[in-house]
Amino acid sequence: MIQDKSWGSRLFDGINIALLALVGLITVLPFIHVLAGSFTTTAELARKQLVLIPTEFSLDAYRYIFSTSTVIRSIGVSVYITVVGTVFSMLLTVLMAFGLSKKTLRGRQTIMFLVVFTMLFNGGLIPSFIVVKSLGLIDSYGALIIPSAMSAFNLIIMRNFFQNLPDGLEESAKIDGAGYWSILFRIVIPLSMPAIATISLFYAVNYWNTYFQAVMYINDAAKWPVQVILRQIVILAGALTADTTGWATEDVLPPAQSIKMAVIVVATVPILIVYPFLQKHFAKGALLGSIKG
Amino acid sequence: MNSANVQAKYPDRLSGQESLVKSVIKHGALYLMIVPGLLYFIIFKYLPMFGLVIAFEDYKPYKGIFGSEWVGFAHFERLFSEPMFLTILFNTLTLFFLNLVFCFPVPILLALMLNEVRQHRFKRVIQTLVYIPHFMSWVIIVSISFVLLSMDRGLINELLVAAGFDKVNFLMNPDWMRPTYILQIIWRESGWGTIIFLAAMASIDPEQYEAARLDGAGRFRQIWHITLPSIRSVIVVLLLLKIGDVLEVGFEHIFLLLNAMNREVGEVFDTYVYVAGLQQGQFSYSAAVGFFKSFVGLVLVMAANWLSKKFGEEGIY
Repeated sequence: MIQDKSWGSRLFDGINIALLALVGLITVLPFIHVLAGSFTTTAELARKQLVLIPTEFSLDAYRYIFSTSTVIRSIGVSVYITVVGTVFSMLLTVLMAFGLSKKTLRGRQTIMFLVVFTMLFNGGLIPSFIVVKSLGLIDSYGALIIPSAMSAFNLIIMRNFFQNLPDGLEESAKIDGAGYWSILFRIVIPLSMPAIATISLFYAVNYWNTYFQAVMYINDAAKWPVQVILRQIVILAGALTADTTGWATEDVLPPAQSIKMAVIVVATVPILIVYPFLQKHFAKGALLGSIKG
Repeated sequence: MNSANVQAKYPDRLSGQESLVKSVIKHGALYLMIVPGLLYFIIFKYLPMFGLVIAFEDYKPYKGIFGSEWVGFAHFERLFSEPMFLTILFNTLTLFFLNLVFCFPVPILLALMLNEVRQHRFKRVIQTLVYIPHFMSWVIIVSISFVLLSMDRGLINELLVAAGFDKVNFLMNPDWMRPTYILQIIWRESGWGTIIFLAAMASIDPEQYEAARLDGAGRFRQIWHITLPSIRSVIVVLLLLKIGDVLEVGFEHIFLLLNAMNREVGEVFDTYVYVAGLQQGQFSYSAAVGFFKSFVGLVLVMAANWLSKKFGEEGIY
């Protein structure tokens, strides 16, 4: 490929890269600041404005947030609903997507239309609340899993992926006498691992980020997932202390800032751990094809 | 009814398609597979839609949907005469349009910039970084913002003071609610759109660029005349999705930002529904408000879809 070596083009490249590097930096700087700030002490946060690498390493903030069971329990809740929820969601999604990907299914187009329609219009907060309440799910973990079990968007991606698999595979399996169940589990699923991994991770991240459903449906504080606790500590408490200035120096307790930062880190880290795996399986070509279709 | 009649009456059907009963017997497994998913959509998506009927009733939980008294459009009339209505409508539409105008172009811009980069590793790194905030919950995004914008040792205020300015009360001052909202969206959502636009740009034929270069086109002209037109369809689809999305998901975000100070500029239909419905127990009234909002959203999406088709693009339905 002929490279454009004119100075105008080179200047363009230079500025482009510089700007992009800046964008990348600005995107992650808040995380780094919060991460670093969570591992530092009162004195250092008071002294320096931007802490990127703490010189005074301290686990005080973490000791504090783990000193009661609140944060730990909420993490447990989040892990539970993420694992159970993802499995449940994938089961429903893969089965329905597979069924919908077959032309022999009567009513296929109608069902697809009904599914797409839910992306454009819904009953709203109150009717949904009444449905969940009538099912007796209030204050149960089920309320955090079942009502959010399927995403129309994910379903469509999965279905399109299945549709793009070559027909020949299924044909030869059918000739060998295989039924739909074994075609699905023995052939289609193993071939679809990139899509399945990606959609699973989408669902998992979604479950981990659950907060509003908990605010609506769960009154028992012991059942609150980590995001709700995070909101309590940083946002709700934050509103109360937003205008306090001039703190007295504390020698024993860490300041509110590093505690808040520690809770943020704890709520965020699992996603950051899972993220590289998501990146790896993110078959951009296949996924985009599914979105276009 | 023989096959020929069926074909004439339903031209989209595959010719010789068997009846529903026959199909279920023959491909039973498939129908069984879609049952759980169908149940989900019926119970948790369509049942609430039918439940919207309580917007026309004076719903009392102990009477149930069928036992409650019918009041027609009374709740809607009440909504339109509510003094807060215009404020809420204004807030909702303002945030919606600010979102479209400021947040939507950013991923396109970023994708254009990244597309011009020849060094693959740098491109991958920036892509990866920019995409991270998308996976953070709104609670995390808003929490981090709170920590940074706090009056008490927040980074931004500390930097302002060091530069000789006064501290700014970003969190309480209503003037800052909208800019904060927009910046948070840009931070969180740009990465997702960028990936999609980039993928679309990757499929552009490199020969077009070479031809343009030979004709003497500089970088900017190449982008304007080749890159942008090629992703026009993707832009339209994502724009339509965003329109449908903004009125829905925006709520969880705004809910976190609202406090007593910025209610005037931040209160939107959904937050109003939450307060009136779940906190004050006015089920029917808030259901009517929610219905109105969903309806407006649907109209907007349909209008945008129709418009896009007029311009020769595919809509999303």
